[in-house]
Amino acid sequence: MSVTLPLDDAPPPAAPPAATRRRRKVGRFVLPTYSWLVIAYLVFPIAVMILFSFNRVVGGLQLVSFSWNGFTDQWYRQWSNVPGLTSAFWLSIRLALVSTFISTVLGTFLAIALVRYRSAKFRGRVAIEQVLFLNIAAPEIVMGASLLGLFVALNIGRGFLTLVLAHVMFSIAYVTVTVRARLAGFDRSLEEAAYDLGANPVTTFRLVTLPLIMPGVLAGALMAFALSIDDFVTSNFVSGANPPFPVWIYGVTRVGTPPQVFVFGTGIFMVGIGFALLSIVLSRRRSE
Amino acid sequence: MDQPVSSHHPRGVEKQRRSAGWGKRLAPYLLSLPASVWLVLLFIVPLGSLLIQSLETCSPVTGACVMTWSWGELPSQVSLYHQQFVTSLIFAAIATLVDLVISFPIAYWIAFYGGRRKNFFLIMLLVPFFVSFIIRTLVWQFILSENGVVLTFLRHAHLISSSFHVLGTNVAVIIGLAYNYLPFTALPLYVAIERIDHRVLDAAHDLYANRRAAFGRVILPLAVPGIFAAFLLTFIPAFGDYVNQEILGGTSNTMIGTVIQDSYLVNFNYPAGASLSVILLAVSLLGIWLYARLLGSRTIEEYL
Repeated sequence: MSVTLPLDDAPPPAAPPAATRRRRKVGRFVLPTYSWLVIAYLVFPIAVMILFSFNRVVGGLQLVSFSWNGFTDQWYRQWSNVPGLTSAFWLSIRLALVSTFISTVLGTFLAIALVRYRSAKFRGRVAIEQVLFLNIAAPEIVMGASLLGLFVALNIGRGFLTLVLAHVMFSIAYVTVTVRARLAGFDRSLEEAAYDLGANPVTTFRLVTLPLIMPGVLAGALMAFALSIDDFVTSNFVSGANPPFPVWIYGVTRVGTPPQVFVFGTGIFMVGIGFALLSIVLSRRRSE
Repeated sequence: MDQPVSSHHPRGVEKQRRSAGWGKRLAPYLLSLPASVWLVLLFIVPLGSLLIQSLETCSPVTGACVMTWSWGELPSQVSLYHQQFVTSLIFAAIATLVDLVISFPIAYWIAFYGGRRKNFFLIMLLVPFFVSFIIRTLVWQFILSENGVVLTFLRHAHLISSSFHVLGTNVAVIIGLAYNYLPFTALPLYVAIERIDHRVLDAAHDLYANRRAAFGRVILPLAVPGIFAAFLLTFIPAFGDYVNQEILGGTSNTMIGTVIQDSYLVNFNYPAGASLSVILLAVSLLGIWLYARLLGSRTIEEYL
């Protein structure tokens, strides 16, 4: 079992019948070649980003140029030399941490309610499911525009608070869906055992339920964090004078991009891919 | 550990049960209340106010808005910006089709031949997501620019003329959209194909189906839910996307998202922006409704 991907390894295929032999030929040569080409296509822009984070700059302005001018590690040494970029980055990290925490707590509770209680004991359950679905399906620009309209109408100043409100709003549904998938195979008798041993509901939740659903909660939290730190459209509508990382970058694309943008991009990529590969290694070790 | 023994006294248990009964009845509401309130106040209420705002008229001088129930705003916005709607529709449709064609074989390969390395390949599919959406699109601007890596190489190889350019054209926007949303297509396809029982395929071959027949009559029909989920997860966001168009496209092929963003953040014409948003939402929901009619709404969630 992996943390980030709800997948199991398939059982090893049985000895192939003669009929599948041609199928295997395609599987062995044509498809792998094609698939690696697609993966190369997906990786290519990232390689370009990493490469250009080492690109020398010619001319007076410290802005990235489209052509390759030679290798330098200057931008890594001066990674924090663009004050707006650095503060936007830390704002995004703070924002992602706060909104991940809130949306994970709220989304987990909602998922428990949706899995445990059928419609007869839980009026409004169907309505909540529909709202979650609508929330995931609605185009992001519509959510951003509607929030801006509301904030302006209510005279709420745009800033960190409005960003948190918006990010939690679009993360809850994803956390709920992720945690719910994990809860589906939950063994209720373990909780009953805790009650029989005299534990109250809070203790039971803390010592029995939460540890058991923790992988799902963590997966939901990772998802919320990724959504928050990468969000541009909604943030562009609801941020004020201090924009988060993606909004700041979008702002400078018209006037010219400082090379440090690619340094930050490379850093985020390395951390993210590191976590992902770690989770694969851990899940493989656990399954062995 | 140090739980006092007295709590096992029958009366204590009885009391606990009664309170547990109350708690049990209230539990689903208490558990769902915080999230529901958050979603109602910051998702449902704004959508309602969006609809209201689209019916208001604002004074261009003072910016004060009055409710005038001007339903005419909706059709007038449609006639004003139908070209941008059509452009968005075409761009999103082409990008989705390209993604489906690109990702079907690789999803099939990972599902059927991935073996122990399945998770590794899935992460490779997701690899674009580890770089910010904006930076990803910005890098494509680099790649496609006239003195960028690709065009310089092709020019040196005499495969293109020196006046050939991609950046600022429709092709660049579609390339960007297709790249940015490819994982959203590939993953649902993978989930659908992964569920196909290999024995069904063997049965098809035993019944003298050739490869094409097995693909067309077994794999493809069984992958239909994934294709629809992929369509939704790619087409709907691509339809409302404006970042790719703004960074990679020219000024002539504006998408509807750009118009909405500009109405709000550049022209401060909120009623116009609200009307266009309502129309965009309606078109998207129509697509989702059609989907739900065909396949049931639960199947979408299964693929998220």
